[in-house]
Amino acid sequence: MTEVLTVNDANFEEMVLKASTPVLVDFWAPWCAPCKAVAPILDELAQEYEGKLGIARLNVDEEPVNASKYGISAIPTMLLFQQGQPVGQIVGFKPKAQLKKALDEMLT
Amino acid sequence: MDTVYDVIIIGGGPAGLSAGLYVSRARLSALLIEKGIFGGQIANAEHVENYPGFPDGISGYELGQLMYQQAGKYGLETVVAEVTGLELDERGKVVETSEGEFVARAVIIAGGAEPNRLGVPGEEEFLGKGVSYCATCDGAFFREQVVAVVGGGDSAVEEAILLTKFASKVVLIHRRNQLRASRLHQERAFANPKIEFIWNTVVEEITGPDKVRGLTVRNVKTGLISTVEVSGVFLYVGLHPETDYLRGLLTLDEEGRIPTTQGMETEIPGIFAAGDIRKNSPRQVITAAGEGATAALSAEKYLMEQQ
Repeated sequence: MTEVLTVNDANFEEMVLKASTPVLVDFWAPWCAPCKAVAPILDELAQEYEGKLGIARLNVDEEPVNASKYGISAIPTMLLFQQGQPVGQIVGFKPKAQLKKALDEMLT
Repeated sequence: MDTVYDVIIIGGGPAGLSAGLYVSRARLSALLIEKGIFGGQIANAEHVENYPGFPDGISGYELGQLMYQQAGKYGLETVVAEVTGLELDERGKVVETSEGEFVARAVIIAGGAEPNRLGVPGEEEFLGKGVSYCATCDGAFFREQVVAVVGGGDSAVEEAILLTKFASKVVLIHRRNQLRASRLHQERAFANPKIEFIWNTVVEEITGPDKVRGLTVRNVKTGLISTVEVSGVFLYVGLHPETDYLRGLLTLDEEGRIPTTQGMETEIPGIFAAGDIRKNSPRQVITAAGEGATAALSAEKYLMEQQ
């Protein structure tokens, strides 16, 4: 069972930037309803993309440094990191099929 | 798929969840299909003050969750899926979704409405870089900054007031010279020293280059073009129903909404519509709930007559 990782500003470099696979980071906050809707979809995608893609979530309320560094001003925003660089983003809630499509396009 | 439900409800906002509550208490087998957030549009509302029973108001998300819990108490099944089609065949009414087909004897369409895009340059480009459709979600990113709200209805004015908790100034830009929002919201907005109004004005462009830095606006009376410096822009320029998948099956009005009788019946027997997706719906939480209940009662009656 591959689960969504919870990352913070302290381990962001190690867990996301230096990861061997691409990592999708979900920037979220507890006051955001669409973030709550995205969460269970990402739990499913973590299994479906096991080995190909890591999925992580970062609470921007508690961990503001990277959110600010990457210019996050809307949540949920999902940034895809490859070899330490942000290479794509998805802003706002999307149904699972649309999220997968967007993700697959970014991964190819 | 062998299961044929008595009723399938499309949409998990106040209309759909109320319909779900009623049909499951009528001991009908029912499936509710929601693409995203149970609670629908109100899930993004910071505070709902006009739903009776909550004298101090309630967060929209919490109200949606309560409705969801209550609907689920009596056996309503739910699935998260996106509806892509509705067809009639020998099995019944077939709802096509991203998670497969579901069949029912009756369908209640309560898919609500989605926020309109403004359709100007910069809107898509700066989504997540200063362009937002959810002040509740994103207001906190604009502490001590100047933001704009575009629109003049209840959502626009409510969210402008909410944004004053974070922003140093909120500029409300409206294409008319008066607001459409309720009088109570208007009074609160006019009394708020952080809100500035720009009347008779439309946004022509959202400008960057790296993130939102300003807006190019045009006064519709004078034609004068000017710029407004903002770090964020929140768009509340109306809503549209998502009914493309119903074209060819049901006659829709010019805005894509579904005409019904007072009993929420559409032109096809056994297909009902309720809430914001319905033509002439007042688009309030309470009316959506009432229409959902009405549609459920009509569906129950329809199913009894079919037997």
